[in-house]
Amino acid sequence: MNRLAVVTGAARGIGYSISRKLVESGWSVAGCDILQEDLDRTAEKLGGGFSPWLLDITSEEAVAETAGRIEEELGSVFGLVNNAGITRDGLLMRMSRSDWDSVLSVNLTGAFLMCRAFSRGMLRRKEGSIVNISSVVAILGAAGQANYASTKAGLLGLTRALAREFAGRNIRVNAIAPGFIETEMTRELPEKVREDYAGRVPMNRMGQPENVADAVHFLLEDVSSYITGVVIPVDGGLTT
Amino acid sequence: MSLESRVTEIIIDKLGVKPEQVTMEAQFDTDLGADSIDQYELIMGFEDAFGLRIDEDEAAKLTTVGKVVEYLREQDVDQ
Repeated sequence: MNRLAVVTGAARGIGYSISRKLVESGWSVAGCDILQEDLDRTAEKLGGGFSPWLLDITSEEAVAETAGRIEEELGSVFGLVNNAGITRDGLLMRMSRSDWDSVLSVNLTGAFLMCRAFSRGMLRRKEGSIVNISSVVAILGAAGQANYASTKAGLLGLTRALAREFAGRNIRVNAIAPGFIETEMTRELPEKVREDYAGRVPMNRMGQPENVADAVHFLLEDVSSYITGVVIPVDGGLTT
Repeated sequence: MSLESRVTEIIIDKLGVKPEQVTMEAQFDTDLGADSIDQYELIMGFEDAFGLRIDEDEAAKLTTVGKVVEYLREQDVDQ
């Protein structure tokens, strides 16, 4: 069956890999992102299974409108992957209010708005799977990432709350906590943080975006039909 | 079919209750055993069936079968 999933932050990094994995596995993907050029490039690479949707997930109106258009043009949405995230790293003393607010808006409020917009259809059909992309920093913390770590921990709370809310409706909500994954975003991390993380990974290597994509795919498919409210670390043993 | 019967039918379908339980005075939570998500789904059911959109503030007031019927009648829905 050709199911439809919405992926946020789909244009690059982990979101790109998730979209590619899903398209290769026969899913249709509505890929949302705020980066027009990257989104176009991704659409070109992934072909017909991927449709690009330019979307600012911090805008309540835009999310509601886009959700409506996606369902109208592409049909029922089975899967939602809240992957979009930004960083504005800095030590607490130097972290501005706007650094805090913008990270919360995208990473946490964006996920909330997306869940709210798409859960309506899922409730109506009594099926669906939501996957929130958290991070190991939700569990371990990371110096200089008070804002980012807070949102990633917040996503775990969102995941567990919605898992309970929707459990009786056959809608599953799970999270993935990627560890140190090689992407554009982690390449921007301070050298010291990168070294610190890499040295602590028991498997002695950084993860690839594909490792995360495989876990997302698992949680969206029916093979995980009795799994809800969990957090799967994809971190080479970092949090063990 | 009367508005009352259509509403009653939707409630029976969504909540799995017996027809005789669905009186106009019946409270969704205490009399019909609907939890908050059940009630949300009921509202969606009414929206679909009658082709209208009920906002959250309105929905919160629709606590009994009678209030739903009354509300829908005020909205002049297609019957």
